This record gives sequence, structure tokens and C-alpha cells, in this order.
Amino acid sequence: MTESTHSNCKSLLGSLSDYVDGELGAELCREIEKHIAECEDCRIVVDTTRKTVDLVHASNHPQAGLPDEVRDRLFKRLNLADYLKPPAQ
Amino acid sequence: MIETTSQADISLEALRAGDRAEFARLVDAYSAPIYRLGLRMLGNEQDAEDVLQNTFLSALTHLSNFEGRSSVLTWLYRIAVNESLMVMRRGKSEVNVDDTESSDETIEDLSPSQFVDWGALPEDELLSAEGKQALDHAIQKLPENLRMVFLLRDIQELSIKDTAEALGLTESNVKVRLLRARLSLREQLSIYYGERINQEKTND
Repeated sequence: MTESTHSNCKSLLGSLSDYVDGELGAELCREIEKHIAECEDCRIVVDTTRKTVDLVHASNHPQAGLPDEVRDRLFKRLNLADYLKPPAQ
Repeated sequence: MIETTSQADISLEALRAGDRAEFARLVDAYSAPIYRLGLRMLGNEQDAEDVLQNTFLSALTHLSNFEGRSSVLTWLYRIAVNESLMVMRRGKSEVNVDDTESSDETIEDLSPSQFVDWGALPEDELLSAEGKQALDHAIQKLPENLRMVFLLRDIQELSIKDTAEALGLTESNVKVRLLRARLSLREQLSIYYGERINQEKTND
């Protein structure tokens, strides 16, 4: 990490979410990539932020459905008990 | 378990006309994501079920007010967020999604303090039961106003626009809060995995 590039770290932070979501413009992406090639701390922050978001998404699938007994009580509360059994296909 | 059906299948017209069968289909289409949001928001099944029931009761009452500018699901999320806040207020004196005091709409004080390079750890370690537990714990520790944004955007996978819509926030507020939430989780996971990496070194 050099003094001259370190002033960019803060501005990089503001673009970080858009960058890991792939929603940052090409020019800003190039700036970030140039910076993290020279600044190890920022490289780690970018990598581990991306990994954090990846982990959240990965741990979120497959998504659980609604437990049957919760669905039963919900339908009864909504006076929809007559629709509890899905119609025969 | 009931599978979620696609949104296009639900007829708003039929709902507004009081078609109960259509409302039952709406409930089956969207009850699972609403229940999951409540579980993540409140951390227990009883409160999540209260939020689920109250959300659909409220939707039934207010269907005529729904203008269809957002998707039905975003509208339901908005109701569910408000119901969740009400449950939280039962236990605490003050929670407010619009609270800007503790969230600060700036990123001035966000400087990372942890620089452990754990991103290269093997997937099976990162996604182990223990790893997932560390992640869940870190999410629970987020302040409510950040957690709400994070849950809608990164867990329920809404767009920035829909998240803003569901929370009554501007898109730029959502972006700042999302960044704060993600950086906070990153810090906490860095501490957790930093300890793991150190332990492994000691054991070698």
C-alpha cells in the first residue's frame, strides 16, 4: 500500500456494494481494479465483502416453504378453511 | 409444504371483486416469503406467525387501497415490515425504520478495521453448519433499520427499488444502509474467521 493510492480507499468504499452487485459502470470498475491491484487492504475488503454477500445468498437456498400447521392456522384465521385442501388436479 | 407460484397467476381484479378462491391462491403464493421475513426479523416462530396472519388480514382489509403501482409481493412486504415493527414495539419502547439518527445516511464512519483474508477459505468450511450459525448471529446483531434493508435486499432478494418501496425509503437511503449492513457483516465474519485461521495455525 502506498501513500499516493491510499487516498482512494475511502471513495472505493462508497462504490463497493454496486461493484459486488455488478451494477457499477465500466470506468469505475476499472478504477477499483487498478486500485486493488496496488492496495492489499482494499483488495481484501473487496474480496471478503463479495464473499460475505455470496455466503448470504448461498445460505439462503433452498428456501424453506411454510410449515403445514402454520398454513392450517393461517387459512382458519382468514376464514379460508374451505380452501385448505388444494383442489384435486 | 406449498410451492410458491408465480405472481402473474394472481388476478388483482378477482381479488378486488372479493373472490375468496383467488385470495387463497394469493396466500399460498406469498405466505412462505412473508413468514421467512418475520422469522428473520423477529427471531422466533410465534412472532413470525403473528406477523404472517396480521399481514394477510390487513391485506384483505386494504385490498381496495392497493393501486397496483408496485407488485403485490412488494405491497405485502410493506405491510409485513409494519407488522414486524409493531411486534418489536411490544417489547421495546422505540423502534423506527425511518430513524436516521442511528443509521446516518453517510458512509463517513465506515472505515473497515479487519483485514483478514478469509475469502480464500474452502467453501465447505465457509458453508459449514458452524459458519452458517456465525452468519445468522451476525445478521441478528445488525441494528433493526439496517437489518430490515439487508433482509429485503440480500435475503428476500428484492431489487433496490422494491426494497425502497417496501420500506418507504429513498433508493439512495437503501443503498447506504445496505452498504453499512454488508460492511458490518464483513467485519463480524472477519473476526470469526480470523480466529478460526489463528486456531488452525496454532494446531499445526
